[in-house]
Amino acid sequence: MIATAPYQSPVRPGRDGFAQLLRAEWTKFRTVRGWLIGLAVGVVVMAGLGLFTASASQTSCQAQGGPAQSGAACMPSFTLGPGGEPVTDSFYFVHQPLTGDGSITVRVTSMTGLLPPANAQLGSVGPPSTGDTRPGLYPWAKAGIIIKENLNQGSAYAAMMVAAGNGVRMQWNYTGDTPGLPGAVTPANPRWLRLTRSGDVITGYDSADGTHWTQVGSVTLSGLPSAVQIGLFAASPQYTIKGRAFAGTSTIGLGPTQVTARFDNVSGVGGGWTGEDVGRPLDYNGFGDYHQAGGQFTVTGTGDIAPVPEGHGGGADSALTVNEYLVGTFAGLIALGVVAALFITAEYRRSLIRVTFAASPRRGRVLIAKAVVVAAVSFVVGVIAAAVAVLAGTAISHSRGYYVFPVSGAAEVKVIIGTGLFAAVAAVLALGVGAIVRRGAAAVAIIVVAIAVPMFLAISSAVPLAAGDWLLRLTPAAGIALQQAYTQYGQVTDVIYSPLSGYYPLSAWAGFLVMGGWAAVVLGFAAYLLRRRDA
Amino acid sequence: MTEATAPDALHAEWTKLRTLASTWWLLLVAAAFTVAVSAAVAAAYRCSGGPAACAPTATGADPAKISLSGVYLGQVIVALLAVLAVGGEYGTGMIRVTLAATPRRLIVLAAKTVVVTGWALAAALAGVLGSLLAGRLILPGHGLSVANGYVVPSLLNGPDLRAFCGSVLYLVLIGLLALGVTTAVRDSGVAIGLVLSLLFLFTIVAAVIPNQDIARHLQQIAPMTAGLEIQATEGLSTLPLTPWQGLGVLALWAAGALILGGLVFRLRDA
Repeated sequence: MIATAPYQSPVRPGRDGFAQLLRAEWTKFRTVRGWLIGLAVGVVVMAGLGLFTASASQTSCQAQGGPAQSGAACMPSFTLGPGGEPVTDSFYFVHQPLTGDGSITVRVTSMTGLLPPANAQLGSVGPPSTGDTRPGLYPWAKAGIIIKENLNQGSAYAAMMVAAGNGVRMQWNYTGDTPGLPGAVTPANPRWLRLTRSGDVITGYDSADGTHWTQVGSVTLSGLPSAVQIGLFAASPQYTIKGRAFAGTSTIGLGPTQVTARFDNVSGVGGGWTGEDVGRPLDYNGFGDYHQAGGQFTVTGTGDIAPVPEGHGGGADSALTVNEYLVGTFAGLIALGVVAALFITAEYRRSLIRVTFAASPRRGRVLIAKAVVVAAVSFVVGVIAAAVAVLAGTAISHSRGYYVFPVSGAAEVKVIIGTGLFAAVAAVLALGVGAIVRRGAAAVAIIVVAIAVPMFLAISSAVPLAAGDWLLRLTPAAGIALQQAYTQYGQVTDVIYSPLSGYYPLSAWAGFLVMGGWAAVVLGFAAYLLRRRDA
Repeated sequence: MTEATAPDALHAEWTKLRTLASTWWLLLVAAAFTVAVSAAVAAAYRCSGGPAACAPTATGADPAKISLSGVYLGQVIVALLAVLAVGGEYGTGMIRVTLAATPRRLIVLAAKTVVVTGWALAAALAGVLGSLLAGRLILPGHGLSVANGYVVPSLLNGPDLRAFCGSVLYLVLIGLLALGVTTAVRDSGVAIGLVLSLLFLFTIVAAVIPNQDIARHLQQIAPMTAGLEIQATEGLSTLPLTPWQGLGVLALWAAGALILGGLVFRLRDA
């Protein structure tokens, strides 16, 4: 008997850890020229469409009696708030100076108002005081007390107020808004308001009876000078009808409204009041007025103290948002979707998948490695394209005389990273669908139907607004919320907050979760099928 | 053995398409998706004000167009069907057998064009008729009623007939556009991505671009926006093109794609 040792290959076994798998998948990805071209196409269409949008437009304007101008000379100017955002700041102010710390307390006993006639058409309405009006209160007609840096439009402030249809509010620096006691003001149901100043900190309180006080909010107006203005105010915004049916329909302004509020029990401040219109409310001067009889004040005003969001009308209509530079996202996602889906379906077509699974029998890990590769690549593509589009697009628009709604540097970074995440999740979704259906064309069609078509339907005016909002809540297109750059203001209602203007129905994180949820479910199902099915 | 004639090629293409399960599924899905989306959009539309607030001049709503919203989704499936009719052969290598049997390539392409036209026509007719029915049943109850001054969508009404027949033609032309593009690029996945980008790209840019002149020009040359003007029955004077001109633009795109596909197909190795 001859003992034979079993044959042993002199080649040392290779390591089959996840790192090796990842490296194998990355090698497969980067060595297919068509896919690299696909990525380049993704960057070019994603950034290029936005830059085309920015550069294909030119403003032109002509001042009265002046020469025709174009470009940067035509940039509309807005009153800017302390945060640099466009604001409306026009109201009637009964004020007196306040130096150092102090406080004001009032009781609001009634609010009445005037609206344009019910059958009014755009442009047919004069100032409300000229007659041809009907009594009524605009829901965001406001009256109350305010501490304001100075009498200039756009200066810092904090105010306690009653909003006709929205109860007591504390508002500050245009964008801040906190609710207090609910309900409308009537003589039988008055509201007590108090503001106290201590250095930079202003605290607002409300009360139903003047004895039991509740703090509504406390805000810091940094850099508030020692000498400020304090007093009573009244403001009532432009009456508007919103065409809410389709996203493309805009608001129709129907002229100014007016509010008259009665105050008594004014305490905490001395005498010597001055009444004046701050700003020129809606181009009509002298809307506001006040009367003082004993301890009773009657203050009448029009206008608003609020942010101007995109889509607000007037100069804000021709202004741009950073979202307009990201219009190419959907086309870029199609390109990335094609690459990601083919990354697995091409292996089936060429039967490379059998080699892949022979080398790495744990199929779920293969899918995860592929997902990591396409997600990382797509994230980079999305970030590069969005950074180019947002930064260069803003510069181009400015040079061509378009106002761009400002976003902070942090919000810009959020939008750019968000676009990268959006692209990464979309690619993972496409990979999962590709692994399930195993055919490139079907996978791409499914991805387009799931992501690009809902985006398109919601942004263009193809379906009613409500249907578009639901599409952006439920479908994987919810991830577009990652590109949300602007805040919706509940206290500014004469605006259509539509996807076309860059307002999405979900918050960035909620949108990411919805889309990520879809991707996780699809990838999980794909992994299950990979294990169950023959390759 | 004689060379295959045109009727033979047609018969071969018909057999190839008919014997694939996916073709029948796509036919069914195209019709079902069209009807389902049309019904969902019609159901989501609601004007609850009085006759004044819901008058046609106030809402700008177009019952025929709303009834046919499903075409937005249906066209994706029709395009997919057309893409697979050509791309599938490249994917499996079948195209070499086809060309060995019928060496005259333009006859092959013509035969495919005829078969895909018939298939798309069947899907489009089913989808569009179903959408019409859904619109008729749903819209009058959602504020677009005769009492408020609207026409209930009907094939007996001239503009509506144009919208419905035009939508069927639209879907067929989308199929031909996809066929031409796929013949040119040969890969199904890339082809469907290209076709769908082409359809949606112009429209999105036109919606967002602030320059109204450029937006209007984009709408005039965009295959989808121009083609879908055939669905308009209200506010025709505000459209960038007349309905038939719009469908003509799409027909030019489809013809261009087929000519390009034919040229490439004729000149290149399979």
